[in-house]
Amino acid sequence: MSDFETVAATENQAARRGPSGEPGTPNQVGAANKPRSLAGDAWRDLRRNPIFWISLALVVIFTLMALLPGVFTANSPNDCLLSRQHAGPSGGAIFGYDFQGCDTYSRAVYGTRASLLVGALAALGTGIIALVIGMLAGYFGRWVDAVLSRVIDVVLGIPLLLAAIVLLKRVSSDSQWARIGAVVFVLALLGWTTAARVVRSSVITAKEQDYVAAARMLGAGNSRIMWRHILPNSLAPAIVVLTIALGSFIAAEATLSFLGIGLKAPTISWGQDIDTGRIHMREAATPLIVPSAFLALTVLAFIMLGDAIRDAFDPKLR
Amino acid sequence: MFRYILRRLLQMVLAFFGTTLIVYALTFAGQGDPIQALAGERPVTPAQRAYLTEKYNLDQTGVGGFFYRYFDYVKDLLQGNLGESLTGRSIGDILQQAWPVTVRLALIALAVAIIFGVTAGVLAGIRRASIFDNSTLVLTLLVLGIPTIVLAPLAQYFLGVKWQLFPPTAGSDPTFYALLLPGIVLGSLSLATALRLTRASVAENLRADYVRTARSKGLVKRRIVVVHVLRNSLIPVVTFLGVELGNLMSGAIITEGVFNIPGVGFNLFRGIRTEDGPLVVGIVSVLVVVYLVSNLVVDVLYAVLDPRIRYE
Repeated sequence: MSDFETVAATENQAARRGPSGEPGTPNQVGAANKPRSLAGDAWRDLRRNPIFWISLALVVIFTLMALLPGVFTANSPNDCLLSRQHAGPSGGAIFGYDFQGCDTYSRAVYGTRASLLVGALAALGTGIIALVIGMLAGYFGRWVDAVLSRVIDVVLGIPLLLAAIVLLKRVSSDSQWARIGAVVFVLALLGWTTAARVVRSSVITAKEQDYVAAARMLGAGNSRIMWRHILPNSLAPAIVVLTIALGSFIAAEATLSFLGIGLKAPTISWGQDIDTGRIHMREAATPLIVPSAFLALTVLAFIMLGDAIRDAFDPKLR
Repeated sequence: MFRYILRRLLQMVLAFFGTTLIVYALTFAGQGDPIQALAGERPVTPAQRAYLTEKYNLDQTGVGGFFYRYFDYVKDLLQGNLGESLTGRSIGDILQQAWPVTVRLALIALAVAIIFGVTAGVLAGIRRASIFDNSTLVLTLLVLGIPTIVLAPLAQYFLGVKWQLFPPTAGSDPTFYALLLPGIVLGSLSLATALRLTRASVAENLRADYVRTARSKGLVKRRIVVVHVLRNSLIPVVTFLGVELGNLMSGAIITEGVFNIPGVGFNLFRGIRTEDGPLVVGIVSVLVVVYLVSNLVVDVLYAVLDPRIRYE
């Protein structure tokens, strides 16, 4: 799960550490001979990147699916008849029926909501923790930074899946919202470290800028400088990291549900459906393949979107 | 160097106590009356109660008592005394049988990652921005983005059940052939990461001054790549693969569960399914230690190989 972040981090490091380093691509000069801003450059790159458009389209589709599942399928996911167990496609159920005789496609569509909700809430929680910790560590430096950085190191050393198993085993409630809340809490608690490091380093860069010195000279206090001047400037890199994290959180939630300790019925989730489909794969394969495809596409969409945006903003990686 | 190792060691000790404390607090503490829980519905005689209280130090109450028992748990863990699963088997015995299988699986996965990942990574790094490079990049992004719970069952279905190229499940005493497909699935993530790392590192080193010097001496390209670039580029890759061996051993829960391989991950998978609390806690505790120690070993190895790390 965190593998993707590991790669990105190492590649970043490799790019930054480069012995002499190539002088970055010179700023392209536009038609009007006006130098472009970094954002303008990035947007120009993004516009030509097919991966960006494909992943953005997928993200939009899946978001719509989570908000309005009824638009994508007419069948109810809970309309299950054992008599049509593993029956072939018919009447709107374009991928046939699963082991319980529920519409496979409809279940996959309705499963989007829980996955995206967990992913988004976990990313939000992660973002808040990361912003607070990263901001404090980066802005105050010294012993605050030393302590918080060690905390980050320690949390980073905890294996996510194993810790999540232990934490979630403790949750005995089977109510829908309690389980969603528990999964979100666990993912946010264990997954904020990468984002916090990113925020910390961008805060360190931002606080040395002239406009911060100017604000301080005008008499602004620490909290005002942090909130009004540094936060807006260190938000962008955090959002990119969080987009990628959102994808990994969705994958993590599905894995936990697959193991039977994440979301449970009556919540419809891809992880559980993949597990049921896997057990009965010899009788019928579509109940396994359809939720698998939905899950893989969603995770990929978020990860590729974040990756494309980051590449565009960081020309050194190219 | 000494300072670096010391700092890293302290960090690991902190992480060890932090994690085991969480594991312990969440599973054992605050469950009401543990003696009655142990006995179930049967009545407990005062003698038994006194014996158990004495044995597990239950008479100590409050925060002090909690830490007293926590250190008991850590002591047992470090001595390899993990207790019994709900089915009455010693968890130490279960793990003893499971480790060799898990290690074999992890080694296969690692071999897959090295053979395909590093080779393709070197090629992609040399021919940067070529069709080969771009297609491997997209491919690795796909592999990194697809969760194991999708990859493992689908590989099992298509390669094992439908086209019958591999045995779909491994069974109690798995052969090398039966472990090959799970090994590939398990190794695919490391493969993708190794490929990207090798590529980035080779591409970086190709621009280094010593490569220009070698080229201006008139050396042939193959010699430059094999002798000069590769030796320097593989440092991060080797250390990554080291961490990965630890991860693979502790991270094979899904793969072993899906392919029915009787390793450590499979036992954890089964423990979660059958709600076997002691088994889950025992295995997780051991895996956490394996994970932390392998991370430590690799970090130190990294510092030995690459002096820049020591002076962070």
